[in-house]
Amino acid sequence: MQTPAPFEYERATSVQGAIASLSRLGPEARVIAGGYSLLPMMKLRLANPQHLIDINDLDELAYIREETDRVSIGALTRHVELLESDLLGLHFPVFRDAELVIADPVVRNRGTIGGSLCQGDAAEDLSAVCLALHGEAVLRGPERERIVRLDEFHIGPYMTAVKDGELLTEIRLPLKHGGGSAHEKVERRAGDFAIAAASAAVWVDGGKIVDAGVALSAVGPTTVHVTRAEEHLRGASPSEELFEQAGAIAAEDCSPIPDGRGPVDYKRHLAGVLTKRALKRASARALKQEA
Amino acid sequence: MDLNLNINGEQVSRAVEPRQLLVHYIRDTPGLTGTHWGCDTSNCGACVVLIDGKPVKSCTMLAAMAEGHEIRTVESLERDGELDPIQQGFHEMHALHCGFCTPGMLMTTRALLDERAGGPPLSDDEIRMAISGAICRCTGYKNIVAAVRWAAEHQQQEV
Repeated sequence: MQTPAPFEYERATSVQGAIASLSRLGPEARVIAGGYSLLPMMKLRLANPQHLIDINDLDELAYIREETDRVSIGALTRHVELLESDLLGLHFPVFRDAELVIADPVVRNRGTIGGSLCQGDAAEDLSAVCLALHGEAVLRGPERERIVRLDEFHIGPYMTAVKDGELLTEIRLPLKHGGGSAHEKVERRAGDFAIAAASAAVWVDGGKIVDAGVALSAVGPTTVHVTRAEEHLRGASPSEELFEQAGAIAAEDCSPIPDGRGPVDYKRHLAGVLTKRALKRASARALKQEA
Repeated sequence: MDLNLNINGEQVSRAVEPRQLLVHYIRDTPGLTGTHWGCDTSNCGACVVLIDGKPVKSCTMLAAMAEGHEIRTVESLERDGELDPIQQGFHEMHALHCGFCTPGMLMTTRALLDERAGGPPLSDDEIRMAISGAICRCTGYKNIVAAVRWAAEHQQQEV
């Protein structure tokens, strides 16, 4: 029987209250939302928090809304809501691609975007999605709120920029003209973590890629931001060759380890192919040419 | 901590450790052993119960997190000796052999039918997607899909 080590449980009734508890309890406290990442870690005793702050009642953190120049997603928004959101389907179809292959529908009823990002698991999909979209995380502490760019959010395996006493409250995704995005993943079986996955976004204007985002899951110690591929894409015209080159860069710039999911050369190969496919689909969507 | 959970419409109270998992609370406290405890890693789906109508894997939820919500287990399906259409469907289409996955399958597909009530007929792909988080090692899923379709059809006739 797998049971977590003992801990104290507290149910937060407000965001302020949750932050107050977090700052009072310090490094021994963890937030629990869906629990599908944290509880398995606690059962294996890989995580042993002394205090759990349950934020599931904080409905004010569950939303997806369009603002002037961005889409904002509350940290407690669940996978199923991301999957079914028409607003995300319209602006960032990459979410629907990813959500269809994240765990299974039952797990998607509970798991949240905030939990996915804060777990800091390199094999998790939404971190790559938000990174490719050049998103930002809103971290609220007892005294102030700060904004952290997604490329500075994951600082190591299972480590994030969230400090003791801070709560991730919102993910912000900039809305720019001419955008398209897509996620490609290869997994061993339905609902599994990726062997490798690629998220891509492009913003096209006047036949040229004005900006691009490329991020990979499961092929590095943390989510891999392929900045060299992004630079290669900027200013170029979308083409099969260009995406092939970006894929080759992604395959070079990732650092997978061999494990039960496959050897290094296979994972690099996947990183390249999936990057190319994701870029191709993202570009077709940006140009409204998706088959 | 003192917990007061609403399970199948009844209030069940007991003092538990905060680390108690919902699946164990359900099986130990009211003794409702229909909810099966399988892989313990949220992969197999044998422990699925409904929380406020949505299927949830109860091995990966603390009992404390379920307080204030309506929990439904497989025991709630049969009413006054009459099987729920989904149970009848599993019976008619031989959708179980050993039965270990069955409670989770029944609750997962009950929720699917409820969600789709009044909508277009479910495709086999939709049924397979809905049960993709539940593992059956006996049937090869074919008869389970047929059972869900049977239940969907017979449910519509009742309305």
